[in-house]
Amino acid sequence: MRIKLEKRPAPSVAMMVLTPVLSVLLTMLIGVIVFDFLGVDGFGAVRDIFLTPILASYKWQDVAVKAAPLVIIALGLSVGNRAQVWNIGAEGQYIIGALFAAGVGIAAGDLGGPFVVLAMVLAGILGGALWAAVPALLKTRWDVNEILSSLMLTYVAGQVLGYLVGGPWKDPNGRNFPATAPLHDNQVLPIVFPGTTVHLGVIVALILPFAFWWLMARSMFGFQVRVVGAAPQAARHGGFDTKQTIWLALVISGAMAGLAGAFEFTGALHAINLGFPSGYGFTAIIVSFLGRLNPIGCLIAGVVLAITYVGGQVAQTTVHIPSSTAGIFQAMMLFLILASDIFIRYRIRFVSRRPQAAAVAGE
Amino acid sequence: MTTRDTPRLELTGITKRFPGVLANDHVGFAVQPGEIHALLGENGAGKSTLVKMIYGIMQPDAGEIRWNGQPITVTSPKAARRLGIGMVFQHFSLFEAMTVLENIALGMDAKIPARELEAKILDVMKHYGLKLEPRRIVSTLSVGERQRIEIVRALLLNPKLLIMDEPTSVLTPQEVDQLFVVLRKLAAEGCSILYISHKLHEIKALCDTATILRGGKLVDTCNPKVETSRSMAEKMIGGSLKDIQRQPGAQFGAEKLVISDLSIPAAGHFGTALKGISFAVHAGEIFGIAGVAGNGQNDLLLALSGEVLSARPEAVTVDGKPIGLHAAKARRLFGMATVPEERNGHAAVPVFSLADNAILTARDRLGLAKSGMIRAGAAWTYADEVIEAFAVKATGPQAMAESLSGGNLQKYIMGREILQKPAVLVVSQPTWGVDAGAAAAIHQALVDLAAKGSAIVVISQDLDELLALCDTLAVINEGRLSKPMQVAGADIEEIGLLMGGIHGDAQATAAAKEALAHAH
Repeated sequence: MRIKLEKRPAPSVAMMVLTPVLSVLLTMLIGVIVFDFLGVDGFGAVRDIFLTPILASYKWQDVAVKAAPLVIIALGLSVGNRAQVWNIGAEGQYIIGALFAAGVGIAAGDLGGPFVVLAMVLAGILGGALWAAVPALLKTRWDVNEILSSLMLTYVAGQVLGYLVGGPWKDPNGRNFPATAPLHDNQVLPIVFPGTTVHLGVIVALILPFAFWWLMARSMFGFQVRVVGAAPQAARHGGFDTKQTIWLALVISGAMAGLAGAFEFTGALHAINLGFPSGYGFTAIIVSFLGRLNPIGCLIAGVVLAITYVGGQVAQTTVHIPSSTAGIFQAMMLFLILASDIFIRYRIRFVSRRPQAAAVAGE
Repeated sequence: MTTRDTPRLELTGITKRFPGVLANDHVGFAVQPGEIHALLGENGAGKSTLVKMIYGIMQPDAGEIRWNGQPITVTSPKAARRLGIGMVFQHFSLFEAMTVLENIALGMDAKIPARELEAKILDVMKHYGLKLEPRRIVSTLSVGERQRIEIVRALLLNPKLLIMDEPTSVLTPQEVDQLFVVLRKLAAEGCSILYISHKLHEIKALCDTATILRGGKLVDTCNPKVETSRSMAEKMIGGSLKDIQRQPGAQFGAEKLVISDLSIPAAGHFGTALKGISFAVHAGEIFGIAGVAGNGQNDLLLALSGEVLSARPEAVTVDGKPIGLHAAKARRLFGMATVPEERNGHAAVPVFSLADNAILTARDRLGLAKSGMIRAGAAWTYADEVIEAFAVKATGPQAMAESLSGGNLQKYIMGREILQKPAVLVVSQPTWGVDAGAAAAIHQALVDLAAKGSAIVVISQDLDELLALCDTLAVINEGRLSKPMQVAGADIEEIGLLMGGIHGDAQATAAAKEALAHAH
C-alpha cells in the first residue's frame, strides 16, 4: 500500500468550501491534544477560545467590534492577492490611516459633527492608500518586491506613530503618557445600538463585503484583477495593463487598511497610544486566505478570527493561559488552510504496489 | 523486408490506464530486426505512453513485452539501454555550456576514459556520416546538430532498437534528408527503428511498416509504401479527411497589413531581436512565415499583437493607419486580431470559463463590457456562438478553458478571433498539437476568412501546412525575414536553405545549392 496524490480533472468546489471549515476544526483538535500534553486543560482552553465568545451573548459586541477591522482589511488584501500582489504591510497602512484621521481631528480643534467625522474617515482612507502607494511605486518602477517593501514600511509606520504620540501630538493632560488626547464627543463615530460598543464601522464592515463581491464578480476592474493574477501573459495579450493593476491592487488594499484604522480610532479607541498597532493588519492576511479571497468568505472568516481574539482574553482569566495563545491558534489555522489547498486540485488515493491491482482500482 | 521467426520486439495486449483515460488499450505489434517501423497517431493517441513503457520510463498495467522472443520487464531506462534499446527524445537533454564530448560523456552509463570515448565518437560519426565537432560548445550548435549529439549518444551503445520521437519536427528539409540517410544505413546493419511521427510523407519515404494508433487502440498495421497519405490520415483520425476548399483564381484586394522596417531589440535572455522586417499582406491573401523554432517567431507575434510596441508608428499599419505605438487593446479596435502559439496562459486563461475568455479579447469590438461592467449575458451568447460555429467539444460557455483538449481549445480561440471579423488576423502555430480533424477545420476557417477580404498571416514551423494554406511565403531566420515568394512557384530547396540561415540573396543561395549538389 502506498499513498498517491492524483490530479483532479477539475478543481473541487466542495473542497474549496470544506477545507476552511476543516482547518478550523482540526486547529481545535490539535489545540486540545497539545495543551493536554503541556499539562493545561486543553478542552477548557479550546472551549473558551472558540466557543465561549459565541455562547455568551455579552461577548457578541466584542466579537463584532473586533471583526470589523479584520473584515475591512481582508477585503482589500483579497483584491491584491487575487492579482498576485502581496501586500504584507496592511498593519502599517492601518496605523497611518488612524494617524491621518487623528491629524484631521486635531486640526479641527473643537469643531465636530458628522462632516468632521467624515473628513477624518476619508483622511484615514487617503493615508492608508498613500502608504501603500510607496510599495506600488517601487514595484512598478524598479521591480522591488512588494512583500519586503510593504512589510518594512510597517515598522516605519510604527516609528512615525511613536514620534507623533510621544512628541507633537502628546496629550498635555495625559500625565506624560505617550498618547493623543481623547477625541471630543462630537468627533467620535456614532454608536449604532445604544448601550453597546457597536459603532457605525461595524455596519460598514457588514455592507462592504457585498460591494466588493459585486466589484470583483461583475466589473471590468474585477475581471482585470483576476486575469492579471491568473495569467499575466494572457492579461497582456488581452490588453490589460499589469502595472496599473499592481497600482490599483495596492492602493485599494492600503485604502481599506486606512479605513479600518480610522474606524478603530474614531469608533472604538478614541485615542492613539503606543499600543494602537494590535496586529489586525497581519491577522487580516489569515482572514483573507481563510475566506478563500472571496469577499463573503472574508466576512465569515473575519468573525471566526475575531472570536479567537475575544476567546484568547477569556481563556486568560479562566484557564490562565496568555491571551497571545490565540495567536498560535490563528497561525495554525493559516498553516492548515494553506496546506489543505492541495486537496482542491488533487485527491489522495491509496494504491497497492502491484500495478495490475491499480488498473482495477481505477475502474 | 524479410520476415523472420522471432521479432526483435513484440508487444501483446499492452494496457496502460491513467486517471480518467485509457492511454493504451490492448496494443500489440512486432518490430523485425532491421525494420523501420512507424508508430503513427494523433496527439493523445497513446504513442508516447507506449514508447515510454518500451524504454522503461513507465510500466504497463497489463500485457507482455518480448525482446528477441523472451518476455521481459523493462524496469528503467538504464535497463532498456542495457538490453540494447536506445531512444532519441523530441526534447533534448543537453547542457548548453558544455562541449559535445562532455555532454555525451555525461550521458553514458559506464565510465569510459575521455580519450577512448572521443575515439569511439569519431568512429561512430565517420561510420554514419554524422557531422559534429566534438569540442564545440552546445549553445553554438543548431537544432539539427544537437539532435545528432543525441543520436551519437544512442549509437555508442550499439542499440538493437532505436526509438525516434518526432525527430523531424525541428529540422529543415535538408536536415531531414541527412537524417534519413543515417537511419537507412542503421537499418541496413540490422538495427530496428521505431519511428514516431505524424508526418505521413516522411513515413511513406522511410518506413517499412506502420502501426496506427487512435484513442489508445491499435487501428491497423499496414505497409506505408502501398497506402496513400490520405488513407493513413483517415485511419489516424477515424473519419474522412476534408480538403481545403478554396475559390480558384481569387484576386487580392488592397494592402491591409503593411510592416515596414520593423526592428525590436531582443526581449530578455531568450528573446530574438527582430531586424528590419518588412512585408505587406493584401485583402484576401494568406501570408505564411516559415522558419525553425526560436528564430523570432514569437517575438514577431508579440510585436504585431501590440504586447511589444514598435519604435515608430509607421512600422505597423493596418488599412493605412499607423498603429506601431498602439498597445494590444487599441490595435484590436483597428481590426488587428492575433492568436499566439501558447494556448494556455497566453491566448486563454486556463482557470477561466469560455465565456470569460471571450471577454478577454472580444470585449471592445463586440461590446461585451459596457461602462466598466461585464455584460455577462452577451459574453455567454458570444461564447455559445463560437462553440456552435466551430464545433468545439465543450459542456458550454461555463466550461473552464483548461478542461478542453488542446484541439478544442484552439478551435475556440480561433473562433473567438475569426467571428470578430478582423481586418487582419495573425496566427502562430495554428494547428500545433491539434488533431487532424480539428486542423482541417481551422485551415478551412482561415481560408474562408481570407475569402471574405481579411488579410491573414500564418506563422508556422510546419512547412507542409504553409505550402497547403498560403498564397505567399517568407522565411524567418535569426529575426530576419526573407523576401516573400509565391507559393505556387516556390522552390522547396531554396526555402530549406533560407530556414537554415542562407539569407535571401540570390548569389549565396546559388552557391549553397551548388555545394549541396556536389555533396550528393
